[in-house]
Amino acid sequence: MTKLLSIRLVAILVGLGFAFIALYSFVLGAYAAMTEEPAGHLPYEEPRDIAFSFDGPFGKWDIQQLQRGFKVYDEVCAACHSLKYVAFRDLEQIGYDEGQVKAFAASKQVPGIDPNTGEATTRPGLPTDYFPSPYPNNVAAAAANNNAIPPDLSLMTKARGDGTNYVASLLAGYAEPTAELLEHHPEAAPGPGLYHNPYFPNLNLAMAPPLTTAGQVTYDDGTEATVEQMSEDVAAFLTWTAEPRLVERKQTGWPVLIFLLFATVLAYLSKKQIWAAVKPKKH
Amino acid sequence: MSFPWAKEYTPSNPVMQFLDEKLPLPRLVYNAVGAGYPVPRNLSYFWNFGVLAGFFLVVQIVTGVVLAMHYAANAQVAFATTEHIMRDVNWGWLMRYAHANGASFFFIVVYLHIFRGLFYSSYKAPREMIWLLGVVIFLLMMATAFMGYVLPWGQMSFWGAKVITGLFGAIPLVGEPIQIWLLGGFAPDNAALNRFFSLHFLLPFVIAGVVILHIWALHIPGSSNPTGVEVKQESDTLPFHPYYTAKDGFGLGIALILFFSMVFFLPNALGHPDNYIEANPLSTPAHIVPEWYFWPFYAILRAFTVDFLFFPAKLLGVIAMFGSILVWFFLPWLDKSPVRSGHYRPLFRKFFWFGLIPAMVILFICGGAPAEEPYVMLSQLATAYYFLHFLVILPIVSQIEKPAPLPYSITEAVLGSDKKAVLGENATPAV
Amino acid sequence: MADTAATATPETAGETGDGIRRRDFLDIAAVSAAGIGGLAVVYPLVSQMAPSKDVLAASTTEVDVSAVEPGQAIKAVFRKQPLFIRRLTPAEIAEANAVNAGTLRDPQTLAERTKEGHEDMLVTMGVCTHLGCVPLGAAEGEVKGEFGGYFCPCHGSHYDTAGRIRKGPAPTNLEVPEYAFTSDTVIQVG
Repeated sequence: MTKLLSIRLVAILVGLGFAFIALYSFVLGAYAAMTEEPAGHLPYEEPRDIAFSFDGPFGKWDIQQLQRGFKVYDEVCAACHSLKYVAFRDLEQIGYDEGQVKAFAASKQVPGIDPNTGEATTRPGLPTDYFPSPYPNNVAAAAANNNAIPPDLSLMTKARGDGTNYVASLLAGYAEPTAELLEHHPEAAPGPGLYHNPYFPNLNLAMAPPLTTAGQVTYDDGTEATVEQMSEDVAAFLTWTAEPRLVERKQTGWPVLIFLLFATVLAYLSKKQIWAAVKPKKH
Repeated sequence: MSFPWAKEYTPSNPVMQFLDEKLPLPRLVYNAVGAGYPVPRNLSYFWNFGVLAGFFLVVQIVTGVVLAMHYAANAQVAFATTEHIMRDVNWGWLMRYAHANGASFFFIVVYLHIFRGLFYSSYKAPREMIWLLGVVIFLLMMATAFMGYVLPWGQMSFWGAKVITGLFGAIPLVGEPIQIWLLGGFAPDNAALNRFFSLHFLLPFVIAGVVILHIWALHIPGSSNPTGVEVKQESDTLPFHPYYTAKDGFGLGIALILFFSMVFFLPNALGHPDNYIEANPLSTPAHIVPEWYFWPFYAILRAFTVDFLFFPAKLLGVIAMFGSILVWFFLPWLDKSPVRSGHYRPLFRKFFWFGLIPAMVILFICGGAPAEEPYVMLSQLATAYYFLHFLVILPIVSQIEKPAPLPYSITEAVLGSDKKAVLGENATPAV
Repeated sequence: MADTAATATPETAGETGDGIRRRDFLDIAAVSAAGIGGLAVVYPLVSQMAPSKDVLAASTTEVDVSAVEPGQAIKAVFRKQPLFIRRLTPAEIAEANAVNAGTLRDPQTLAERTKEGHEDMLVTMGVCTHLGCVPLGAAEGEVKGEFGGYFCPCHGSHYDTAGRIRKGPAPTNLEVPEYAFTSDTVIQVG
């Protein structure tokens, strides 16, 4: 008994010790919070809420839109950004046939080996090749872009919160900083080689506005290529590159959930039936 | 073990009889989770979570073994093979999302299981060993989950590994050599990734072993129940099968509906976007957070912001974080109230609902929030309460509290009256 | 009345009147649903071990055969296995055609094993049909076996100039994969 008592005594002392130190930290922190100016955040915008065809539990790809977005990527983004987890063959999933994929792959140069000398060279791509990187390595990418390495775009829409909306908002969102912002946050003025964008968390990014004028990309399906349209289309395309199985996933989900709902109702009825005899009856 | 009225296994045919004589596996199952295991008749749905935890352990092992067939633990290709699984492997996306969300669901059901144990004091005699083994399982789960999160080699993987191994650097004198030894280098790289993969594959089987011990220990006194009154007679119990197999089956159905809703429709909701960026040792994410199930403990770690005497703040945080789980090992000896169930403990119940639960919620929120005010201050208050609750309040409350009157038996609690009690066979509410 | 329930033992509980049938039906239905669910899970678990998309996509190979001179062979790779492409000399063709195909272990004529208009181009897998070793004879200076084609050193199978098994343990001729000439000098295998 005395032994148990001593365990509890020790525990009480230890508990008081931990609590005291935590509260001591609290008091010093509270004092600091009262005396010091809080470091404020730069006021950036949350992404716009854009309706995409693949949103929601029943969402499906808009193949036309993916093809338009692919064209924007190919003609604009691909100049600086790689797409290294996507293979040319994957383009068949967004409505291109084998011949088109082969022709597109062949129009790109991928790293290869000269069969006669063994030296590194390039060769036309095959459908099994992955999208080539515009730079041979990160050092070259940094050197060509003022030390800011353009990130790979394969997973961009999953690597940012609310990624699809973020990419679309960001691309169409370049603007001059407002006078009000600069008044409260003079540090938000874009430095040399930086561009203001209200959707970028620190408001200044190294990427110059890539989509600047309507009609910059000529769409094959006649859709008018406004900056907003191009931004949304390329965001949709990058959603597909990040999660090519998105629609398949949702469509597999429904039969699974319906079956589980059915099985769970059966399990409930069976359980009720089994328990009926031993449940107390209401007086 | 078990009660005298437990049904005996009788082989129904010659094959089973042969098996029963040579290797009595059917008998073991019958006595463990079959009709031969009498269980209190009044268990609520809070008693479903043990079975569900076992189920999710199996989900993790099955999906994990499948993922290991396609994954390569090499810093050069780990991220790419993860993407290979998501894009090219047949049903790979399903396996990976089931594994990632399965970890979350494993923790959800285990947290509810622990919550049940804390409210109904399931740790008290004669069930101390079940509780201790449970805490061991929980610690192993945390280690396994942490190492598993490193494997995709995304930004959070890398920086999580760096921060958590950095905790060991807080140990005086030997801290830094231990951290370097753990990583097999000066920063997480191939060596660390490979050993984490190896251990991540091994530990679930260790967990499965401890789970068997946990269930074995459970079958010695039998399950506790919401009244906390021990089983006295046959009318207090029901055979596990079919009563509790049916009830667990229904519970499993509900759990699966929730689980697959996440897997198919919100597979990344519980993850962090930064882990879809490949690990970059030269660039730290703006805000490093562990997976949600570590948030309360991460908040305790960060609550210690100032040095105290000769203890640096970092060391205090590490001690407190490990200590916050280690105190659970002492619970059976700290809470000496003879009454188990929180339903019959008015004072304990107040501290539980208005102290411990809010403190845990605050710690959870603060652990996921950036290290800035008011989160740090809130987590300091909640941390203080957390330790006071287990180490100071529980021992004192259990001493001074006047418990509410207990029912004579489980039968009485369920049916409103117990013939034996009415007959006055044994009127003292023994526990 | 509560006591009736308390005294009813689990075995007899519910087994009255049509309780039996309804209860049995529900139990069987619930257990069957669980079984169906369990079986459904097996499908993706088995399917994940089949070749993945990238492996299947790499299952066709194009080879430029313009540089292969008569009497020479090149080794290409098809589905991660060696592929022998050999341009036969007139003498080798004559030798192959001189054999009565009916007397062979795996009766096939040279014409059956080549494409029309390209009878001099023998395309076979470089995989011995015995136990999968790579036969010799494709590279310059390698042993070609007793019949001037390929020789498998593992267990001594001899193939003739049409890649047909003539001696040794191999049960069938070297496999001719599915292929087609996409132009006069390029073949697409697979």
